[in-house]
Amino acid sequence: MSPAKSTSATARSVTTAHSVVEPSSRSKRIAATLVIVYAVVTMIPLVWIFLTSIKSPPDSISYPPKILFTPSIEGYCNLFTTRTRQTPEYIASLPEPEGVCDAVTRERNMVIAGPSNFLPRFANSLIIAFGSTFLAVGLGTLAAYGFSRFKVPLADDLLFFILSTRMMPPIAVAIPIYLMYRQLGLSDTALGMMLLYTAVNVSLAVWLLKGFIDEIPREYEEAAMIDGYSRLQAFRKVVLPQATTGIAATAIFCLIFAWNEYAFASLLTSGSAQTAPPFIPTIIGEGGQDWPAVAAGTTIFLVPILVFTILLRKQLLRGITFGAVRK
Amino acid sequence: MADVVLKGVSKSFGKGGSKRAVDGIDLTIADGEFVVLLGPTGAGKTTTLRLIAGIETPDAGTISIGGRPMAGLAPASRDIAFVFQQYSLYPHLTVYENLAFPLRSPARRMNGATIDARVREVARMVRIDHKLENRSTRLSGGEMQRVAIGRALVRRPSIYLMDEPLSSLDAKLRGELRLELKRIQKDLGATLLYVTHDQIEAMTMADRIGILAEGRLVQIGTPREIYADPANLHVAARLGQPHINLLPVGLLPDVPTPPGTKTIGARTEHIALAREAAGNARVDWIEHLGDQNHLHIRLGEQKLVTLADPDMAVSPGDRISLSLKSPLYFGQDGQRLV
Repeated sequence: MSPAKSTSATARSVTTAHSVVEPSSRSKRIAATLVIVYAVVTMIPLVWIFLTSIKSPPDSISYPPKILFTPSIEGYCNLFTTRTRQTPEYIASLPEPEGVCDAVTRERNMVIAGPSNFLPRFANSLIIAFGSTFLAVGLGTLAAYGFSRFKVPLADDLLFFILSTRMMPPIAVAIPIYLMYRQLGLSDTALGMMLLYTAVNVSLAVWLLKGFIDEIPREYEEAAMIDGYSRLQAFRKVVLPQATTGIAATAIFCLIFAWNEYAFASLLTSGSAQTAPPFIPTIIGEGGQDWPAVAAGTTIFLVPILVFTILLRKQLLRGITFGAVRK
Repeated sequence: MADVVLKGVSKSFGKGGSKRAVDGIDLTIADGEFVVLLGPTGAGKTTTLRLIAGIETPDAGTISIGGRPMAGLAPASRDIAFVFQQYSLYPHLTVYENLAFPLRSPARRMNGATIDARVREVARMVRIDHKLENRSTRLSGGEMQRVAIGRALVRRPSIYLMDEPLSSLDAKLRGELRLELKRIQKDLGATLLYVTHDQIEAMTMADRIGILAEGRLVQIGTPREIYADPANLHVAARLGQPHINLLPVGLLPDVPTPPGTKTIGARTEHIALAREAAGNARVDWIEHLGDQNHLHIRLGEQKLVTLADPDMAVSPGDRISLSLKSPLYFGQDGQRLV
């Protein structure tokens, strides 16, 4: 490297001499600006959703939109409760309100009738998304290991078939799946949704993870097997710890898909197994255009993915640049 | 410790076994012996080791360790240790954990105190005890290979298999570790099969050297035998620095040769030189290596390289007379003629 470096330094002696490998401070500044601009553009909708969630309903639909406003918890109250309209006389006759939400609701001439469906729907989302991610990554890791290490007959064709499930929009198979699920009694069940998301994600998981496992030299397992471990033990003790980066990256992709999936969720679930994505839009129908409640639901909906991604951020970044710069 | 016997071991790879990696190898390694397999890339050295280790299964032939036939036995139950050329350490573990890894295996199930004592003892032996808590990826190349050797030693297996363990190191470290490895092997009385393409490693460490070419064991003997008494051209060409000079018969008309000689092999010790204005050869070039000189000589159309004393007063262009003292003779098929 050093001769190349010195020639380039001589050639550029008019401008500032700097390393060929290290970006100049100017290009660093340009890069930083671009990243910041892009980050702002992508974050504006999220910020707007969050701000809407802490507006009062009149503020949320005012025109021109309000940038400055008095924050209100009403959206969150409406999200978690169902309410009924009452006469002012009836409300006045009630005992002192219990808690903030009670008070806020009464100001609108309403009383809280009970909890909304949001929490159970949110719980469904958690169970289905994390469950299917666990299954997809688990099965994907084992399959990828098999494809990577063993002589699988027709391995290339099998891998192609696995990928081919991704070659059409999933909704193209919506009707057959709908009919199958009805026949099998899987409609509107958490198990059915988990199986469906696992089936879609497992192809992605196999392909991603095969790449990661291919990069782990076989010598490690061979060494472990000579050191007194069986293949399965070697897989657990040597391959898995080294594949964590890839597993984390794959898990995030699978989780994001399963968490955000809307089409199948609205088609196949309506009651007990409904997930948050088809549920959140229905909030708006309960008592006028309740944008703050919708925004509150969306804000809360973002939290698990955000936490999961932040927890695995290091692995994700390393995972994406895998192969390019590993050592 | 135990002896190792290979009988007619063969292994092919590729579609329908098109590539013969190992071709009918017979080899006996005595208890406590240090045997080096020497050969160029693709000669079947590593495959032989992997067959003994059980990572590969032979197509034909039998392998037994300590009298126990190995057919069908998993690597874990063969009681062997293997040092790989590369990727020798588990990167997600510390030095200590790497050394303890074989002892913690389900095949052994040793208790914590015994493991700890063994690990520390071996760490001292390979001089890595000051870095036990380091991540294995935070070591220099030499330290890594010392740990890798330590991981093999910690087990006290019946045989150690080493696949070019020093080849990825720089020359100085290689020299040091060579000595250390030999010392450790002697101290333990270990049976060791070592694979390399480095003739110096083979010459300095081996009790016996086996020369491999194209999957066959061409010759096996003590380093001295292999060097002084090579069975054929291939073996002669493996050893000696500078490389043996191969001269067509008749280049030096007055040399008496056995009938059927095709090639004469001449190493430095077979070549006598004298400065002489009417000599039959000419000095082409001199490489100064400090303690010695490489003399590049032209004899007719033939080029030769030999060692010369640095005090020898010759310079490029000088005429010299060259004669041979009991060189090696090889026939049409490359076999040695005596």
